Amino acid sequence: MLLKILSPFVFGFLEQTRDFILPFDEPTAWLIAAVMVLLIIGSFIGKLLERSSEERFNSAIVRSFNQRIRSWWLMCAILIAGLVIGKTGTVVLFGLIAFWALREFITMTPTRRGDHRALFWVLVVFTPLQFVLVGIHDDHQLFKVILPLLAALFVPTRIALANDEKRYLERSAKILIGILICVYALSFAPALLYLDIKTFVDGSEELWNDNNNKEKGLLFFFVLITQLNDVLQFGWGKLIGRNVIADRINTSRTLEGVIGAAASSALLGALFSWVTPFAFWQAAVIAVVISICGFAGGITMSAIKRDRGVKDFGTLIQGHAGILDRIDSLCFAAPVFYFVIEIFFT
Amino acid sequence: MQLTSKLLVAAAKVISGYTVRWKDSTPDTCQRIYFANHTSHLDALVLWAGLPNDVRQLTRPVAAKDYWEKGWLRRHVASAFNALLIDRREVKVHQSPVDLMIREMDDKYSLIIFPEGSRNAKEEMNKFKSGLYYLAKKRPDLELVPVYLDNMNRILPRGEVLPVPLLSNITIGAPIWLEHGESKQQFLSRAREAIIKLRDDEE
Repeated sequence: MLLKILSPFVFGFLEQTRDFILPFDEPTAWLIAAVMVLLIIGSFIGKLLERSSEERFNSAIVRSFNQRIRSWWLMCAILIAGLVIGKTGTVVLFGLIAFWALREFITMTPTRRGDHRALFWVLVVFTPLQFVLVGIHDDHQLFKVILPLLAALFVPTRIALANDEKRYLERSAKILIGILICVYALSFAPALLYLDIKTFVDGSEELWNDNNNKEKGLLFFFVLITQLNDVLQFGWGKLIGRNVIADRINTSRTLEGVIGAAASSALLGALFSWVTPFAFWQAAVIAVVISICGFAGGITMSAIKRDRGVKDFGTLIQGHAGILDRIDSLCFAAPVFYFVIEIFFT
Repeated sequence: MQLTSKLLVAAAKVISGYTVRWKDSTPDTCQRIYFANHTSHLDALVLWAGLPNDVRQLTRPVAAKDYWEKGWLRRHVASAFNALLIDRREVKVHQSPVDLMIREMDDKYSLIIFPEGSRNAKEEMNKFKSGLYYLAKKRPDLELVPVYLDNMNRILPRGEVLPVPLLSNITIGAPIWLEHGESKQQFLSRAREAIIKLRDDEE
């Protein structure tokens, strides 16, 4: 009896608060839930391994497994929090991540006293500016051109004005690479949220993300594929890796790892294609593109780290795993993914 | 005042992104002299902010009066982090900085000092001024703790006003004391070596 009276209210309440509880469309919510379940299982396995690590497993691998799970939790929480707050929130969060990554990058590369003013502009003015431009979606072309121009023209000028000619070209290049990879490239990830994506249904064009938060799912898909690809590359490399691609840069990146990861990313991409505007085969192809870009990001960052003689950005600052270690593949894949969608799906 | 000091700690963390490493020593509220290399105006603030809360309450940075008494903001900041201001220009006989420090320390406070005297723009540390030696001699019970501040000269170098928010490291080493029969020069160079050792271990 009581149930009968209450049930319309309960359903009414659920119906009313639906938009409030779920700032995502349903497929995205399911994908996020699935990722959460996997992370919980991962944490559990990590705890188990930690306990029995003494005898059976390599404790260094267990530690790095646990560290990765932890940083995924953090990444997942940040991403979901941003998406719940809304597009602007996501842009701000990515802006903070870019700022921190650039900070790590510059801290690691030696600069001279004369670079101080240029660095101030880059870190304190240009980095926030880029993400403000991403957030202003009236004119969505501006963010693609302003920062590379500032980096290429303003930064060398400002360093020249500091009146120090020692290693001038090298110093300019360092700041340029830092700002282009950590800030410019990464800013394409939140920019995905502002695309009007179109799909073809029965021969007619249709707006895919018509005020239904579907683009949030697309961003989540992208981050998920890049992160899984990192692990797959490492895993396949350990399992069947023979041919190291560039042994003086990184000994764990093998041809087999890259191919294996690309193939399994394609499968995963097709598997998750229901949160994207892509068909099965399109999602698979795009996942392969993401996978190769992710590899490019990883190997580039390895080269930079090798040049500086550090193992990972995390060891630079004790107590936190370097953000740059986690997002290098994201940085390289984001602009490519963005342009693929812009060219073929808008 | 409490609010200002909380804000200062937050600002120091944001601007300098410091990580604190206690190496062969642990945080303690016993009376100590933290002595560090000096390359930036931020040094005192960052080292002070990097200490755990209870230790920080009892630790006073020794800072230059001529700099920190200029203008309302600096005065406010200096009193928020309970700085002990020393007049670098007028050193009087009955009012020597060391006496002042010992008086102000009482049996409660610890101090942060920079024995190089003024900020250093070179790679190598300057020679230490003798204040540290006299402090050690007059108060042999104090723990003298070497601290190496890394990267501060890139965050706010000498002659710049605006900081670049990079990341920095604070390495706090094992305490030293004045040995029996040790001369002033021997002691000061040993103290300086203690900081250099922290730097070298880090690299």
